[in-house]
Amino acid sequence: MADNPNPELDYAEAEALATKPKKKGVKRRIFLAGSALLVGGGIFGVWWTDSSVKARGKALTTGDGEHSFNTWMKIAEDDTVTVYSPHIDFGQGSHTALGQMLADELDADWEKVKIEQAPSDLAFANAALAKGFLPEMVGEMVAGLLPDAIIGMMARSLPLQITGGSSAIRFTGEVGMRKTGAAVRAALVAEAADRLGVPAEELTTADSKVLHAASGKSLRYGELAAGAAERSLTGDPVLKTRDQWRLIGKPVPRRDIPAKVDGSAVYGIDFTLPDMRVATISAAPVRGGKLESVDESPALAVKGVEKVVKLEDAVIVVGKGYWPATKGLAALSPTFTDGGHAAVSSPAIYAAQDKLRSGGKADNEGGEGDVDAAFKTAGAKVVQAEYRVPFLHHAMMEPFALTGHYKDGTLTLWGGLQDPLSTRARAAKAAGIDVDNVVFNPMIMGGGFGRRFPDIVEAIDQIAVLAKQVPYPVKLVWSREEDVRRGTYRPQSSAGLKASIKDGNITGWRTDYVQSGNAEGEVPFIYAIPAISRRHFAYQSNQIDGPWRSVNATQIGFYTESFMDELAAAAGADPYQFRSKHLPAGSRHLAVLDMVAKRSGWGSALPEGVGRGIAIVESFGTIVAEVVEASVKEDGSPKVLKAWAVVDCGTTVNPLNAEAQIAGGLIMGLSSAIGEQVTLDKGAVVESNFSDYPILKLADAPPAIDVYFIESGAKTGGIGEPGLPPASPALANALSTASGKRIRTLPLLTQAKA
Amino acid sequence: MAIAFSVNGKPVSVEAEADTPLLWALRDDLGMTGTKFGCGIAACGACSVHIDGAVARSCSVPLSEIAGKSITTIEGLKGADGALHKVQQAWIDAQVPQCGYCQSGQIMAAVALIERVGSPSDAQIDEAMTNICRCGTYPRIRKAILTATGQAAATTAPQGDA
Repeated sequence: MADNPNPELDYAEAEALATKPKKKGVKRRIFLAGSALLVGGGIFGVWWTDSSVKARGKALTTGDGEHSFNTWMKIAEDDTVTVYSPHIDFGQGSHTALGQMLADELDADWEKVKIEQAPSDLAFANAALAKGFLPEMVGEMVAGLLPDAIIGMMARSLPLQITGGSSAIRFTGEVGMRKTGAAVRAALVAEAADRLGVPAEELTTADSKVLHAASGKSLRYGELAAGAAERSLTGDPVLKTRDQWRLIGKPVPRRDIPAKVDGSAVYGIDFTLPDMRVATISAAPVRGGKLESVDESPALAVKGVEKVVKLEDAVIVVGKGYWPATKGLAALSPTFTDGGHAAVSSPAIYAAQDKLRSGGKADNEGGEGDVDAAFKTAGAKVVQAEYRVPFLHHAMMEPFALTGHYKDGTLTLWGGLQDPLSTRARAAKAAGIDVDNVVFNPMIMGGGFGRRFPDIVEAIDQIAVLAKQVPYPVKLVWSREEDVRRGTYRPQSSAGLKASIKDGNITGWRTDYVQSGNAEGEVPFIYAIPAISRRHFAYQSNQIDGPWRSVNATQIGFYTESFMDELAAAAGADPYQFRSKHLPAGSRHLAVLDMVAKRSGWGSALPEGVGRGIAIVESFGTIVAEVVEASVKEDGSPKVLKAWAVVDCGTTVNPLNAEAQIAGGLIMGLSSAIGEQVTLDKGAVVESNFSDYPILKLADAPPAIDVYFIESGAKTGGIGEPGLPPASPALANALSTASGKRIRTLPLLTQAKA
Repeated sequence: MAIAFSVNGKPVSVEAEADTPLLWALRDDLGMTGTKFGCGIAACGACSVHIDGAVARSCSVPLSEIAGKSITTIEGLKGADGALHKVQQAWIDAQVPQCGYCQSGQIMAAVALIERVGSPSDAQIDEAMTNICRCGTYPRIRKAILTATGQAAATTAPQGDA
């Protein structure tokens, strides 16, 4: 592989970072990864070591007859094992999977295992963050909250939770859950050995019992828990080998699903308190604009409206319910400034990006070899193309809904956000109170896709300020219009790609891409090409860019994999064969590509008007290749007929859930490619709701998706995000093949209808 | 004004303005939060309920049109003995939900479809199931409907050599 910067932070890199905190470019990369979809809820999961912290953490989680071992788990005398997940589960199934990993190593009876959200308390961050290292990643604000101790241990274990996208399983699970399960199992065995007076080597474990085969005696974990919890746990337990797994790799049903089919699951928007009011909000249409003036009286005249609250850039109406608040807000005619952004529009952004790319100086360059020399080589065929992708909105189905109650100097919050500790920090800052006086109760979430990272959730500020101004609990609910117009989008981005081909091989490749963030180091370039250059040109609009599921791998994947098809065409080669010859022999990438070609029947005849496209993207340590068959409907819109995905994420912890994540990611990728775009005009977002921001529906999704996992046993990769990036280029390639007309701008719908 | 109707077989009376959407009467006045708010313009279907047996998007039906009618919500699908409706069970068997937020509405739409046509074809599923799911659970929704109507096996066997 010519150049494959690994986006992960592993032990060695974490240690290196700890000693070289000023390394240029690191902060941005870590931030991007850290704010990706599956990043966890704070800084949890070390052994109880400090006695005062231990007492506090235990008090939060451990009742009578229960015995805790560390921040991850406790055992009750009735054998119930409770696993505390530091990651928020917004539908990706990581809670169940993390429980599987711990319970497998523990040899626990799965029916007696419960999985709960870890409390958002610093007792669950009971070690210091290495100075000069964690502040780089999480910001001074969070790092400054933590006690200054146990730096080495933290550097070794915890950065892996809070810095990787799609991190729950590959970092928390592998490092925290499995080791904890194995270490506690060893403590239970040691306790049983003493009680039975036999050597530990003669004991085995199964179904939450320690067994002594020779005597036929056994002891339940619940009986052993009290004594075992007093023992020191080994930091280096023996983990099971793959052939010993009982739960890891098995399609265990998710624990959260029953409550999601009978209406009993309580999301943030469902939360209620006695005497609670409901509020809704309208912020400046142009991001950066301020509230100029508003006459409150029309809202106050609406029955059920109680109060109008003015923020610097928004107006809030508080009422007895969402409907009166909404009617009150609709009755207002607030005026806002445009923040000086009146000239910002989507076409103007593309124009500025084109200018930057053609004349400007790159802000970052990655790659190797002499690309310009390759382009000038005699006999080389040079191919160029330009691509454009719009702002994309997360469109989580549950809009922001946060409840706050300010009473006796304490602000208590309820809602769905993906990092409890930084939620508290942001709320404290907005309310002007100490973080110790903010309590946050995380609730389940109706989707997230990167939108619920507290760094980009202004609703936290809004509820904090609002709650301080009213004597009762108040739930702030964003309308869908507010959600669409005040998003933190995947950035609008454009790229110019150029490559040279000689004797059927790519000899040089250049990607010049313009967007806010640098993707170098996050998205690996997987092809073996002698000369490569990837240049980033930084462009910032008036929008706040957010990590959108799979982050930069979506647009970079679209550029790279669309251009691979263009190069294959220029070389007169089949797109699959052409990719194949540029991937190293024996590589995992090639195995994934070959398998998707095999399963999809690549090369077989297709009906008239149907095209087939292929793409392969590595993101978050997982390699995914997808094939899409599609045609064009009579109205010009694309119709996806079939889809295949082949995945190498090393090991699938829960194949049933992993399949759902890959299939769901693929569909989200298709949806974005087909119809989604946020456009700006006069600095404001044009779209307003699902009526003009269309999400793919069932009829337009492939009826079934063939998802296949290659269990390579390689280092565990992420699963929540990597299914998405290959989908849009695979679809664009399929449609381009069918029509003969190359698609270089997304979404397709505007292309097809143009 | 007070508007009387029935929810899941029980008579209720809601004191609210006549233009209040049924969704908000259910959620804010009656405390039944299984029915979700998604868009407010009948575009996504998260708020789907049955009104006199037909599926409707409750965010866009004012209470003035509800007087005297019979409403069924996700909370009312279970049998008197607490047993899950066959569609709810099929949803569990196929492990449909991810974030789960849209699934109340999806299930209500599916139940209405099955009550209307019996065993729906793929084309009928395409036509009737127009609710949005951002997590992309559509293949499993289709499978669960086919399973609930005896048109597919209940097991969800994942692919791969795990």
